[in-house]
Amino acid sequence: MSAQTAPLGIIMLCHTALERAAAVARFWADAGCPVVIHLDRAAPEAEAEAMRAALAHLPHLRFSPRHRCAWGSWSLVQATQEAAALLLRDFPGVGHVCLTSGACLPLRPAAEMIDWLAAREGVDFIESVAVEDVVWTVGGLSQERFTRWFPFDWRRQRWLFDRAVDLQRRLGLQREVPRPLQPHLGSQWWCLSRTTLEAILSDPKRKRYERYFRQVWIPDEAYFQTLVRQHARRIESRALTLVKFDGNGRPHLFYDDHLQLLRRSDCFLARKIWPQADRLYDYFLSDQPARAAPVNPQPGRIHRHFSRAERQRREGRAGLYMQSRFPHGHVPQGKTAAPYSVLCGFAELHPGFDRWLSDVARLRVHGHLYDPRRVMFSGGARVYNGALSDSAALRDYNPRMFLTNLIWNTRGERQCLQYGPADAVDGALEWFMATDPNAHIAVIAGAWAVPLFQRGADAGDLRDELAMLQKREQAFLWALRSPHVRARVRIWSLAEYLDTPQAAMAEVLAEIAPRAAAAPPPPMIALDGFGAFLARARDIGLPLVELADYPHTEAPARPVRKARE
Amino acid sequence: MGRQDVGFRARLSLRAERQIKLMRALRKSLELRRVADRTRAIRPGMILAFTTLRNERLRLPYFLRYYRDLGVGHFLMVDNGSDDGSGEYLGAQEDVSLWRTGGSYRRSGFGVDWLNHLQWRYGAGHWTLVVDPDEFLVYPFCDTRPLPALTGWLDEAGRRSFGAMLLDMYPKGPLGAQPYAEGQDPFEIARWFDAGNLCISHNPRYRNLWIQGGVRMRRFFADRPGAAPALNKTPLVRWTRKYAYVSSTHALLPRGLNQVHDRSGGEQASGVLLHAKFLDTLLPRAQEEARRAEHYGGGREYAAYAEGLDGAADLWCDWSTEYINWRQLEILGLMSKGDWA
Repeated sequence: MSAQTAPLGIIMLCHTALERAAAVARFWADAGCPVVIHLDRAAPEAEAEAMRAALAHLPHLRFSPRHRCAWGSWSLVQATQEAAALLLRDFPGVGHVCLTSGACLPLRPAAEMIDWLAAREGVDFIESVAVEDVVWTVGGLSQERFTRWFPFDWRRQRWLFDRAVDLQRRLGLQREVPRPLQPHLGSQWWCLSRTTLEAILSDPKRKRYERYFRQVWIPDEAYFQTLVRQHARRIESRALTLVKFDGNGRPHLFYDDHLQLLRRSDCFLARKIWPQADRLYDYFLSDQPARAAPVNPQPGRIHRHFSRAERQRREGRAGLYMQSRFPHGHVPQGKTAAPYSVLCGFAELHPGFDRWLSDVARLRVHGHLYDPRRVMFSGGARVYNGALSDSAALRDYNPRMFLTNLIWNTRGERQCLQYGPADAVDGALEWFMATDPNAHIAVIAGAWAVPLFQRGADAGDLRDELAMLQKREQAFLWALRSPHVRARVRIWSLAEYLDTPQAAMAEVLAEIAPRAAAAPPPPMIALDGFGAFLARARDIGLPLVELADYPHTEAPARPVRKARE
Repeated sequence: MGRQDVGFRARLSLRAERQIKLMRALRKSLELRRVADRTRAIRPGMILAFTTLRNERLRLPYFLRYYRDLGVGHFLMVDNGSDDGSGEYLGAQEDVSLWRTGGSYRRSGFGVDWLNHLQWRYGAGHWTLVVDPDEFLVYPFCDTRPLPALTGWLDEAGRRSFGAMLLDMYPKGPLGAQPYAEGQDPFEIARWFDAGNLCISHNPRYRNLWIQGGVRMRRFFADRPGAAPALNKTPLVRWTRKYAYVSSTHALLPRGLNQVHDRSGGEQASGVLLHAKFLDTLLPRAQEEARRAEHYGGGREYAAYAEGLDGAADLWCDWSTEYINWRQLEILGLMSKGDWA
């Protein structure tokens, strides 16, 4: 046979989608690269026969002895060893051997890879990381892969596998790593130089190492990665094959829509390709990559693409409640999508407060969103972002989702809403806000009594209403004062607020619109006679807790300041 | 002991419910009469669609084309007494197997029993898709990756079911103003939807999410939200003979199949069933269905439409969102790519 082959030899481990694998084999053969194919014994005989027939005419192509290769089993290494030996023996012109799978796709012209490797003679490209420094393993086994026994299959006999590991841990059973090996791990797809590969295959201690590695877990990620450290002259610890793993340690598939992403890879191959990705196969196996204008490799883009997906699966989008994300209890990402302000009592003291705030803060400020009659959206809108209805019945059907929907729908625009005990209050909603770090809650305690006072009726006639509203406010304040509060909470008693309204207002504004903090204060309603109104309430047997420090006679001009705990 | 006992009892009762459901499906299968049986054309690995319908002749051509293009291999359909030529049309399609029944839609669990039987008989080992003729599945990357790419990925990830919520679509202007023509993409007319007014709660019995909202709740159920129709659906399942739908495609047993959502903050991949209900074809239908009372809740849903949809009614509002593509739905948070990148 002719010795005139390219100096790059390819090993392909194939088990499914053999037609695609055959196309890739032809791609390498056309470029003069010798190819050795390992056909998994589990592959259907008819398909395997078809593949052999389709490739029979290629002079530099061989099939190596077939093994049944289960995931992570020793047979994968054995198949690789035999294929590599065959390749080195039959094709003396080969300087580098690249190990690929049937689902790998070359991303650049073969000639480019051949030239690139020719300029790096004797260099081994294999990801080989000392096991102590490995951070990516899924399932937590890294060091232990080398020091325990693994008689059971991880995929099919998971329970037995876990028990066996547990038992060995409990009994302290450990194996010695044969000297002088230093356990290393890495991607199973490598590209080794002839000298290194020959040295590994003809190592005098090979039998002993093999006996050991047969019992190592996932030896295809460890055998060559460890032995290469004994024999290589120069290692570049990186794979030339792009593989992205998901959170469960399975490789992400590449589809047609990844074409532009893959063109910007700095790798020579990619795996795994979805077998029906016609566009990818048509493009990369044609001469198009060679003719296309060169693009700057941006491996970072590929990395970001997949790590974003991983993050979305793991953490999700904060504040989103939907059909496939419905967090239960506390999650670190937060309960709502963005910070929002809940203002209690301000609208009661300052007529036209929402309009005033919306002017100084340049925001759309809502009225009482939980008003029992209807949702008081900013500007009196009947529907709001995301087609939220102003119907009180719809809102009260799920008050919490009404809030989270509103915050999600208006991402990027801070929401301010009025709230108070006269609203359609809901204990679960209040607790939700109190434990939401995005909630900024400012309360003027007792201000809810002012609208009642303004009605001009006698406190005795309003007794029941006063009592009910006070009870509701107490419940809310109880939530806001609980040690579990995560919201930013400010509470003033009415007397405190009236003492220094500007300072209090500035504090609230500093959060909502820092630049508006110096704005002139909004007009305040007159409170003449309010003290007497409260005194009357007290005298008919209804002590007003949060209003206890409000001066009940009009005599002292300034209310007494209550010491706060 | 108490707690575990409750769990054990709940499991027993769910198991009984599932078996009753399966027995019912077998009994109700007596109502089905074979019209065109091409099930021998079903190949291993094919994705199968299961549908019940009544008088949908106008919609069928686009429905079949849509799902053929996505990669559905065979359609198994139950014609519940159509008299508009739907049966003849379907009988002539090479990839459709058709059964006919005059039985009551309501008393067959709104078609669930018939389809449970067909799925039991033909669906085991396949990915099965249960959709109505006015439901169109949209999933992440559906413009570049056919359905087998999705099911292949679900297989790899060890998932047995895939959630796709109903999204009610509607036109701008009165329903009657833009008549639907045979073969037309219904979303050329019904291009609008409500993007952010869903109510969701967790149902501990079936461990599914109960989702309500959208335009139907906003317009027809604003005064009695509890009666608004459920939008949560799990239409795509890798079927075995032990599975059964309980009520429409809203809930499945065993209940593990309903857990198409993440409870710890992450996002699972999910899709959306675009619902082309609100077209001019609904107007005469709403009257008829309200009278027949064969639909869920004694047809009260249709009664609401019949009341609310006089010729000039407009479902559109200032905050309606115009449909662009799946990416838009993803960004709006109505569906998710999860970790399918």
